[in-house]
Amino acid sequence: MDNFTVGVVVFPGSNCDRDVSWALEGCLDIRTKYLWHESSDLSDVDAIVLPGGFSYGDYLRCGAIARFSPLINALDEFVKSGKRVLGICNGFQILTESGFLPGALVANKNLNFICDDVELDIVSSKGGWFNNVDEKQTIKLPIAHGEGRYHCDSDTLKKLVDNELIALRYKNNPNGSSFDIAGITNEKGNVLGLMPHPERACDETIGGTDGLFTLKSLILK
Amino acid sequence: MDQFAVKVFVRLRPSVLDPAGEATKSASIKLGAEGIKSLRIGKMIEVKIEGNGENEVRGKIDLLCDRLFANTVIEDYEYSLEKL
Repeated sequence: MDNFTVGVVVFPGSNCDRDVSWALEGCLDIRTKYLWHESSDLSDVDAIVLPGGFSYGDYLRCGAIARFSPLINALDEFVKSGKRVLGICNGFQILTESGFLPGALVANKNLNFICDDVELDIVSSKGGWFNNVDEKQTIKLPIAHGEGRYHCDSDTLKKLVDNELIALRYKNNPNGSSFDIAGITNEKGNVLGLMPHPERACDETIGGTDGLFTLKSLILK
Repeated sequence: MDQFAVKVFVRLRPSVLDPAGEATKSASIKLGAEGIKSLRIGKMIEVKIEGNGENEVRGKIDLLCDRLFANTVIEDYEYSLEKL
């Protein structure tokens, strides 16, 4: 992997930052660097992960306050340069709140915090995030969220479908998401947001390795 | 400088399901309240703010509502403003 370095953003309230770093370093031998949310210098990282958790205590709305951090302000330039950004769970919520991805994530239909393994259909491999997951079209990843119901208006949904921006759909929709959506990309494909946690599925001993490929895709050009 | 008290109401758009509102409606009916047709939960934000006149303050509040207080993908907002 040479000097390829993935920046793992740490907000007050992030709690999957170390899991992401463990999966990248320990399972994939990819170097990581923690980026405090007040830093706006992204010059020495080649890709960025916005990890799961409860940034700013989910105050106001999930991801709403994180959006105004210096790091998220600097992300625009980073994304435009074509570098990869992966938002997992709370990271996905931050990406929608800050307008990098369309739609929004709202309270689960049944109001439960759902912690489970879910089956997912790979709909599009735009950006190469899910290319050749051992030729499988279905993967299993853990979810853990209270506000993961993807919502968008019908025009946005049509755009997502027409442009093949829907990356993952739940096989058995657990949270009431529109069109069973679990993950989407931007048009260029370099930004992926998803509610499931690939970093928690990188080792057989903790329940599977279906998350490995998505994390490994961070190093794709 | 004038000071204003602003009350901002943020509501989920009618097209967005409000499961917390549904659960509260169900509890309201269990409490014995009759005739509830719909119950939806929103937020109210109180702001005290200074500015040169109502127009300037409305400009500031519009920005806050549009960019921070509400996510207009899922929420609508309105506010009332009172000069102190």
